[in-house]
Amino acid sequence: MSLSLESMLQFSIILPLLATIGIVATGHKPNLREAVTITTSLVVLYFVISLYQGLQQGESISVYWGELLPGLKISFSIEPLGMLFALIASFLWLITTVYAIGYMRGHHEQNQTRFYSCFAIAISSVMGIAFADNLFTLFIFYEVLTLSTYPLVTHAGTEDAKKGGRVYLGILLSTSILFFLLAIISTWFVAGTLDFKQGGVFAPDVNPLVAGTILVLFIFGIGKAAIMPFHRWLPAAMVAPTPVSALLHAVAVVKAGVFTVLKVCVFIFGIDLLAILPSTQFLLYLAGASVLLASLVAMRQDNLKARLAYSTVSQLGYITMGALMATSAGVVGGSMHIATHAFGKITLFFCAGAILVAAHKSEISQMRSLGRQMPITMIAFFIASLSIIGLPPTGGTWSKWYLLMGTLESEQFILMCILIISSLLNIAYLLPIPFHAFFSGDKSSTPDSGIKEAPLPSLIALSITTVGCVILFVYPQPLYDLAKAILAT
Amino acid sequence: MIVHLPILQVIIPLMAAPLCLLLTRPRLAWLFSLIASGLAFLISGMLLQQVMTSGTIIYEMGGWEAPWGIEYRIDQLNALLLLIISALSTIVLFAAETSIHKEIPADKHTLFYVLYLLSLAAMLGIVATGDAFNVFVFLEISSLSAYALIALGQDRRALWASYQYLIMGTIGATFILIGIGLMYQMTGTLNMYDLSIRLPEVAQTRTVFTAFAFVIVGICLKLAMFPLHLWLPNAYAYAPSIVTAFFAATATKVAIYLLIRFTFSVFGLSFSFTHLPLQLLFVTLGLVGVFVASTAAIYQTNVKHLFAYSSIAQIGYMIVGFSISTAAGLTATLLHLFNHALMKGALFLALGAVMYRIGSTQLSNFQGLGRQMPVTMAAIVIGGLSLIGVPLTVGFVSKWYLVLAVIENGWWPVAVLILAGSLLAIVYVWRIVEVAYFKPALAGTETIQEAPLSFLIPVWTLVIANIYFGIDTRLSVQVAQAASQSLFGVSP
Repeated sequence: MSLSLESMLQFSIILPLLATIGIVATGHKPNLREAVTITTSLVVLYFVISLYQGLQQGESISVYWGELLPGLKISFSIEPLGMLFALIASFLWLITTVYAIGYMRGHHEQNQTRFYSCFAIAISSVMGIAFADNLFTLFIFYEVLTLSTYPLVTHAGTEDAKKGGRVYLGILLSTSILFFLLAIISTWFVAGTLDFKQGGVFAPDVNPLVAGTILVLFIFGIGKAAIMPFHRWLPAAMVAPTPVSALLHAVAVVKAGVFTVLKVCVFIFGIDLLAILPSTQFLLYLAGASVLLASLVAMRQDNLKARLAYSTVSQLGYITMGALMATSAGVVGGSMHIATHAFGKITLFFCAGAILVAAHKSEISQMRSLGRQMPITMIAFFIASLSIIGLPPTGGTWSKWYLLMGTLESEQFILMCILIISSLLNIAYLLPIPFHAFFSGDKSSTPDSGIKEAPLPSLIALSITTVGCVILFVYPQPLYDLAKAILAT
Repeated sequence: MIVHLPILQVIIPLMAAPLCLLLTRPRLAWLFSLIASGLAFLISGMLLQQVMTSGTIIYEMGGWEAPWGIEYRIDQLNALLLLIISALSTIVLFAAETSIHKEIPADKHTLFYVLYLLSLAAMLGIVATGDAFNVFVFLEISSLSAYALIALGQDRRALWASYQYLIMGTIGATFILIGIGLMYQMTGTLNMYDLSIRLPEVAQTRTVFTAFAFVIVGICLKLAMFPLHLWLPNAYAYAPSIVTAFFAATATKVAIYLLIRFTFSVFGLSFSFTHLPLQLLFVTLGLVGVFVASTAAIYQTNVKHLFAYSSIAQIGYMIVGFSISTAAGLTATLLHLFNHALMKGALFLALGAVMYRIGSTQLSNFQGLGRQMPVTMAAIVIGGLSLIGVPLTVGFVSKWYLVLAVIENGWWPVAVLILAGSLLAIVYVWRIVEVAYFKPALAGTETIQEAPLSFLIPVWTLVIANIYFGIDTRLSVQVAQAASQSLFGVSP
C-alpha cells in the first residue's frame, strides 16, 4: 500500500469508526461480524506500526482537520509518548478481540453487535487521544471515550449494571466538566494556546499560584487517571463483561487518563515549571496515598475483578507519580509503566475472565486448587502478577526501576518508601491466588471433572500477552528508546 | 422588492393568519402555514446576509420618516433572532399536522394554524420593529395568541396553566407599557433609536429610573427569569406538544432580545450598568436560577415539566452572560440563545413524538422506550448531551464562551458555579436515559412503534443541527460576535 503517513494517521482514527457500520450491517452473522473487527484491528495495527517506523526515521507527521472555535484546532501529530500509547492500544485491541470471541460466546452474552460497535468507537477515540496535537482535540476524544464506554459498562442491563454505570459516568463526566474543562479554559486564558509543546506553554514568569491551581484542576479533572478520591468509577466499571474490563479498564481508558496526565505535565507545564510549582508536592503525596490506600483496599477484596481494579488504581498512582516527579527518570519510568502494566494487567483480567467462563467462579476464595484444572491460565496469572509486582523475568521490573530512580533523583525518599511498601503489598494480594490454586486444597480428591481450560481463542490471547510480559523484560530497548525520546524531541 | 424585506418578514405570516381561516380543510391550512413560515425563514436568511455584508437596514413604514413614522431597524442582533424564530417555527410546523391530529379536536385544527401564524408574526414583529410602542402591540398579539394556544392542550390543567400565564403575562405587559409611557413623557418619542439619543439628557431623573425599572421587571416576567418563572413550567407541560416545542425554542428568546435591546441600545450600557446594582442582581439571580431550576428539574415526574425547568435554568446561563456586560459575555448569551433554541426545539419535538405514540410524557411511561422507539430516544439522548455541554454539540460551544467570558472578567467562582450547574443537567438527563434503557417495557405496551417520519425528519434535522453547529461554528459565532460588538459600538 502506498498510503502517505498522514493518511495512515487519519485512517487509524477513522477506520475503527467506519468499522462500526460494518459491524452493525453484519450483526446477524456473528462470524462475519467478528471478521470485520479483526480485519479492522489488523489494518489499524499495520498503520500504527508504519507510523512508528516513520517516527523512527525522524519524519514529522501532522494532520490538521479544522477549527472548531476560533483558535481551537482539531489537529493530530505523532510524538513518542502518543506513539507508545497507540502501539499498545492497537496491539491489545487485536488480542482482546480474539479473546472476546471466546469469552462472549462462551458466556452467552446478549447484544454482541452493540458490544463490538461501541468497542470500535472507544478504540477510535483512544487513537484520537494518542495522536492529539493539542489539549482541545484530546479533550473531545476523552469525552467521546467516556460516552462510548458507558454502554459497554452497562452491557448486562441489570440493576447492578445501571448503578455501576451511574457511578462510572457520574464521576468521569463530572470531573471532566467541572475540573478538566475549567483547567483547559484557564490554560487557554493564561497561556493563549492549547498546543502541546516541548517545555510547556506557560510563560516563565507565570504566577506560580495560578499555574499551581491549574495543575490541581488538571490532576483532579483527569478522572480517568483514577487518583483517589476520584477512583470509585473504576471498581464500579467492573460490572462490564471481562474483555471490556481487560482492554478498557486496564489499558485503554485508564491509560488514556495517565497518558493525559503525562502529556499535561510534560507538554503543557514542562518538567522545569512543574518542579517549582507549589502544588506539585501535595499532588505527589496524594498520588502516593492513592498507591498505598488502593493496595490496602485491594487486599480486602474477595472478588477477583474488584481486587484487580483496586490494584489498577494503585498502579495508576505510580504513573501519575512518575509524571509529577518532574525528572527525566520519572517520565521514562511512568511511560514505560504504561506499557508494562498494560500487558500485566490485561493478562490478569484475561485470566479472571477465563476462570469465570470455564469454572464460573468470580470469588478468590473459591479458586483453591484450580491450578490443576486450568494450569495454563494459572501460570499466566502467576507471570503477570510478577510483572505487576515488578520482579524479573517480567517487564514490570524496568518501569519500577526507573520510577525508583526518579524518586532518588528528585530526593523524594518518602515516595521511594511508598513504592517499596506497595510492591510488598502487591505480593501479598496477588501471589496467594496462583499459590493456593496450585498448592492448597485436598490433593487426594479427584479434580472436579466439569472444569477445563477456557475456550481456545481466549487461551491463545492470554498466552500472547503473558509472553509479552516476558519479552518486555528481555528486550526492553525499543520501549526504553521511545520513553527516552519523549523529553528529547 | 428587496427593500421591503423587513416588513414582508412580518406581514406575510400576519396576512396568512386570517387567510388560513378561509381554508376549510385543515391539511390545506397546514400546507399554507408551512409555506408562509418557510417564506419568513427565507426572508430572514436574506436579511441576515444583507446585514452581515452591508450593515444595518432601516425601513420606514409608508415612507414616513422616523421618529414620526414607524421604523423597522434590522441590525445583526435582530437579524439573528429573526432567523432563529422563523427557522424553528418552520421546522416545528413540519410535524404539526401529525401531532395535533392526536392532541387537538379536529374542528379546531384550522384555528390552531391561525393562532400559530399570529404568534409567529407577532414574535417577528417584536424583534424587527424599531418602535417601542410597536413592541408593546406585537407583544400583546403574541401573548394573546399564546394564551389561546396553550389552552388548546388536551389536559384540562392546560386551562389553568394558560390562565396563570395570562395573569403573569398581563402584569408583565402592563409594566412594559407603563415604562414606555414614562419614557415617552420624558422624551416625546417612541422610536428606539431616537430614545437612545434623547434619554441621556434626562437620565438622572427619577422618572427615567422608574421607567427603566418597570420595563426591566416586565421583560423579566416575560422571559421567566427566576424568581418570576412560575408561569412557565405548567404552560409548557400542558400545552399541545407542538406549541411547547415552538415556544420553548422561540418565546423566551424574544424576551431575552428585548432585555438586551432595552438595556444596551435604548437606555445604554453606562446607564443600565453603572447607576443601578443591575450586574450583581442579575448574576446572582441567574446563578440561583440555574441551581434552583436544575434541582427542581431533577425531581419532576413529567418529562415536559423536567425540560421546562431545564429551560428556566438555561435562561439563568443567558442572564449570567448578559450580566457580565462585556462584548464577550453578550456573545456567549447570544450564542446560547441560538444553541438553546436548537436543543430545546429538538427535545420538545421528540417529546411530541413520544406523546404521539404513548399519549403521555410521564417519566414512568418511558420504560422500555429505548427499545421501542430507538430513533426518537437517540434524539433525546443527543439533545440531552447537548444540554449537558458535551464536546461536538452546540451546548459545548456556548459553555466554552460563557466560561471564558466569565474568567476574562475575573469571576472565577462564577465559572466554577456555571460548570457545577451542568453537573445537575447530567443528573436530570440521565434519569430519562436510565428509565428508557434499563427498565423493561410496561405490560401491554408491546405494540408501541417508532414515531412516524413526519416527526423523525424535523426532530433529526434539529438534532443534526445540534451537532453541525457544534462542529462548524462559523455562522453562529460570527453573527453573535458581530451583533454584540455592534451593540458595544466596536467595529467588528
